[in-house]
Amino acid sequence: MGAGALFIAVFLACAVEAVEATTIVLAAGTARDWRSAGLGVLSGIALLAVITAALGPAVSALPLQALRLFVGALLLVFGLQWLRKAILRASGHKALHDEEEIYRKQMSAAQAAPSRRSGMVPDLYAFTLSFKGVLLEGLEVVFIVLTFGSNARDIPLAALAAACAVILIALAGVAIRAPLARVPENTMKFVVGVLLTSFGTFWGAEGAGAHWPGSDAALLALIPAVLLFALGLAAAMRHRPTGPDEADLAHAAVAEVS
Amino acid sequence: MGRIRAFGAFAYDFVIGDDWLVAAGVVAGLALTYALAHAAQVSVWWIVPAVLILLLPLSLWRAVRKH
Repeated sequence: MGAGALFIAVFLACAVEAVEATTIVLAAGTARDWRSAGLGVLSGIALLAVITAALGPAVSALPLQALRLFVGALLLVFGLQWLRKAILRASGHKALHDEEEIYRKQMSAAQAAPSRRSGMVPDLYAFTLSFKGVLLEGLEVVFIVLTFGSNARDIPLAALAAACAVILIALAGVAIRAPLARVPENTMKFVVGVLLTSFGTFWGAEGAGAHWPGSDAALLALIPAVLLFALGLAAAMRHRPTGPDEADLAHAAVAEVS
Repeated sequence: MGRIRAFGAFAYDFVIGDDWLVAAGVVAGLALTYALAHAAQVSVWWIVPAVLILLLPLSLWRAVRKH
């Protein structure tokens, strides 16, 4: 796997996670208290650092064949779930991921919650919201860095790509103090789903004992093939004839109007 | 007990996600690849892509049907 491909795959995947975490932190800070939200971010990052320090060496110590099988399986399951959601969104069967809408919901929930001080934290709600957002989205970043990095035997480059993505998105969030709605998140999720699925297929099969024709060059055929397959599925589902569920809904709507 | 259950639910959602069939299909595909690669010494690289071709439309169909 080339260094460029590793960097791009990790950067895109981590940027998507960073956009989601930034939205949550911005809502916590704007609606409640910036100091508490900031403490939540720092605590989340500290816990992620501990998790990475504990898991990183353990993952790297696995023999390459076993690592590829284990990581390939995880990436494939992860990638297929991303791709599934992305295709459902692209074909209109699931609402598009809307950072502005998520921000509005988080803001109204944050404004309605009662305030409570705890030790150094002026507002426990803002702290918890921000901490959870960073930790949950950050866990996915850690997972991506460790799986891609260890398989490519270049965790530092994967970590650098993740750091670049997270810092870039965080700076953009701080600069505009608003949800990053202009980031093409749905398209990025589609691309990341394709990449995770392709690398998961490649490493998983290789870890299980398969030999790809052309070795690493097989990825150059696999990635476009998965992309075309996913695009084809999205297009086919978009033109799907009206099913019984939609017909029922239409009948219900007509009955309600009349 | 509640925390263990909550962690279990989080871990399930994090790894397995919305459709358990995807995870089961991936494990089955990799197990078949492993078994054939080590027992029969035949070319098996195509098994996981074939599983993918079957699994993704099936999972999408299940999602659309559910909603």
